[in-house]
Amino acid sequence: MTRIGKASAFLSATAALALMAGAAAAQTLTIGLSSEPTSADPHYHNLGPNNALARHVFTPLIVQDAQQRLEPGLATEWETVDDTTWRLTLREGVTFSNGEPFTARDVIYSICRIPLVPDAPSPFTLYTRAITGLTAEGDHSLTITTDGPAPLLPNMLSTFVIVSASVSGAEDEVVFGTEECEGVGDAPVSAAFNSPDFAIGTGPYRLASFIRGEEIVLERNDSYWGEAPAWERLVLRTLSNQGARVAALLAGDVDMIENPPTQDIARIEGEGFTVASGLSNRVVYIALDQGDAPTPGIAGDVNPLQDVRVREALALAIDREAIRDRLMLGLSEPAGELLPPPMFGTNPDRPAIPFNPDRSRELLAEAGYPDGFAITLGTPNDRYINDGQISQAVAQMWTRVGVQTEVDAKTFSAFIADRNGFAFSAFLAGWGAGTGEMSSPLGALVATRDPDRSLGGTNFARHSNPEMDDLLVQAMVTVDDDERERLLREGSALVMDTFGIVPIHYELTTWAHKPDLEYEARADQYTLGYLVAPKAD
Amino acid sequence: MVAYFLRRLGQSAVAVFVMAVLVFVGVYAIGNPVDILINPEATERERLAAMARMGLDRPLWEQFLVYFGNLLRGDFGTSFVYGDSALAVILQRLPATLELAFVALLLAVLLGVPLGVIAGLYPDGLLGRSIMAGSILGFSLPNFWQGLMLILIFAVFLGWVPAGGRGPTTELFGLRVSFLSWEGLRHMILPAINLALFKMALVIRLARAGTREVITQDYIKFARAKGLSRRRVVLVHVLKNIMIPVVTILGLELGSMIAFAVVTETVFAWPGMGKLLIDSINRLDRPVIVAYLMLIVFIFVLINLVVDILYSVLDPRVRLAQRGAQ
Repeated sequence: MTRIGKASAFLSATAALALMAGAAAAQTLTIGLSSEPTSADPHYHNLGPNNALARHVFTPLIVQDAQQRLEPGLATEWETVDDTTWRLTLREGVTFSNGEPFTARDVIYSICRIPLVPDAPSPFTLYTRAITGLTAEGDHSLTITTDGPAPLLPNMLSTFVIVSASVSGAEDEVVFGTEECEGVGDAPVSAAFNSPDFAIGTGPYRLASFIRGEEIVLERNDSYWGEAPAWERLVLRTLSNQGARVAALLAGDVDMIENPPTQDIARIEGEGFTVASGLSNRVVYIALDQGDAPTPGIAGDVNPLQDVRVREALALAIDREAIRDRLMLGLSEPAGELLPPPMFGTNPDRPAIPFNPDRSRELLAEAGYPDGFAITLGTPNDRYINDGQISQAVAQMWTRVGVQTEVDAKTFSAFIADRNGFAFSAFLAGWGAGTGEMSSPLGALVATRDPDRSLGGTNFARHSNPEMDDLLVQAMVTVDDDERERLLREGSALVMDTFGIVPIHYELTTWAHKPDLEYEARADQYTLGYLVAPKAD
Repeated sequence: MVAYFLRRLGQSAVAVFVMAVLVFVGVYAIGNPVDILINPEATERERLAAMARMGLDRPLWEQFLVYFGNLLRGDFGTSFVYGDSALAVILQRLPATLELAFVALLLAVLLGVPLGVIAGLYPDGLLGRSIMAGSILGFSLPNFWQGLMLILIFAVFLGWVPAGGRGPTTELFGLRVSFLSWEGLRHMILPAINLALFKMALVIRLARAGTREVITQDYIKFARAKGLSRRRVVLVHVLKNIMIPVVTILGLELGSMIAFAVVTETVFAWPGMGKLLIDSINRLDRPVIVAYLMLIVFIFVLINLVVDILYSVLDPRVRLAQRGAQ
């Protein structure tokens, strides 16, 4: 063959390959993730990326929609029989991707397995702890008894997915017990789920390959019980560097990315891509230490933050709209509470905390600090969107009303160690409500710290309001939805009126994708490939 | 010879152990990995249970003894984050880093040495001067900026290569490698260039300095006087004599390319070990950090041994001295 002949043969072969690749690509959706799922075992780590991946291959009993409202999943109906008993009706005709039928035994096994996952850094026992009894009536009905009234049981059942009992090596009959279940067999290790033979679920996709930190390939499950997803193949690639992620989208290597950095959104839209954004359940807040002096970041024998006027002054000094417009480039919503309306338990007519620096100075003078005081604001700088910059902006705003503020910014691992050691008088942090309702932030952030009652787990500001605690505790055992909402609203209003915590804004979650796709922004921030659809014309 | 190797191995074992102790204590001192990994909604009880599961509730000396006891049995511990054996997690990513580092090394040598020799032979010409100016850019521009510029120009504007990630892989001796396919090479070319630029600049300068020195030597003049062609003089006599410092530096640099190609791997989303290291540090995944660093020390030791062997291949004086010593 002549040299020219060889060259043209090579070129045409390459062109043919490219065409074939193009045809295959039409059935494949590639998504660039911002953080990697650490394991394909859905019960191993209660973490955003892991949970999102789990929902592609497995299904929970109850599914959360884009606004975290509950919809039937593997359970079609659920109702209370009495205060501590629930009855679930399971969906019929569902099979796992290996053809085996889904029955109540799989549910019992999954709930039994959750506390047995070895080395789990953050297991789902948090959500299964309240269950004291679990019995199956036939293959498609379950009765659940709980430890005291558990109005949030459906929310809890929506947080974890169901795995196949047979594939995991369980015996024919699995019997639930609070101390120990019977018939569970040897609980498989998490690493086993990284193999497609083991990760068998009832979800819209099957796991084809899981290469940690690189890419996860999913193939459509043709025996899925629900609406078939649009894509035959899903490729999830981890692109944790922001610049690389945006570059991959602009170069066409991926069809969609999650969490594009705020400063690149204008550029991405300019190049013709679509940016989908929606209010998330995450609030960014500042916690103020309200314990007795000495408080670590303020010198002196008295803790000025114990005075409600001082706290109100600090809350009013923050210009949330400027932060939204200049720092977040429009991607935040100024907050008045710990959860955005209209989520369950929020006060719908409560406005965002206004910006009023003059009133701040008045209040500080009234409280006896006409010249202000000095404080240190602790913050992580790599955990929440623009967290370091927000803290610097807040520090400048507080300094303007007389409170000299220094910012102590650290990487998240070091920040957590300090925060949990009560080393800050004021710190910035974020909170995402996994259950989608108000008892989550109230219980964790502002309830009085009480490990026995599982309250105040993230309350490192020594905040204590016994009246709010009572409302919250009562709400958590009130099964009637309307009454519970009323109690939560009252509790939230109480905390906000006394400025027990200072919310700044709710984050908007963003996704950027090709213009011929559409994706409904989710409050739980999950990227679910099976919900990405070609744009309807 | 055998005694020499054994002595070297013994010294390295001590280095590995001391380093492991320091890193273990250091990571322990930063904080508690459970606080970073656990879902914030978990209660105090769950947190304590997680700590007990991972053995983190015991005092430092006890954790230490347990870890090193397991080490002696070959068990490098289980990653806190991935739930898999720490060594398995690292070894899964090793082939990706190795192939990138070796391709970068090849580029640095194949391009750097000839350019450096040319710059040394014609130092005052336009070619020589521009090569030197280029080399200054090579090692003074920040690595991540170079990487992002490469992506911007070649992937986003021109679209010639993908913007990141690793291409399709094939099995070779049980390892997954990507350089055997055209698509894999396309993915590898930009990160390899990015990784190689700094080393290339070093090599150019070393080769130039070496050439300048060697050219004035008597044996070069003698070779020319003997009537050898310029080509033979340069390719055989000059090249061989400048390789000793080049090999030394490249040995060191290869080690650091394998161990710490973090920036390149992050910018190009290349699933290698460097990225694993930085992620593990951020998440305080102690078993992976300690296992990784021990592996790296081992690799450095291996590279140093190979460099020493190469000396005796390249430089007959070293060979004769060794033989003479025996």
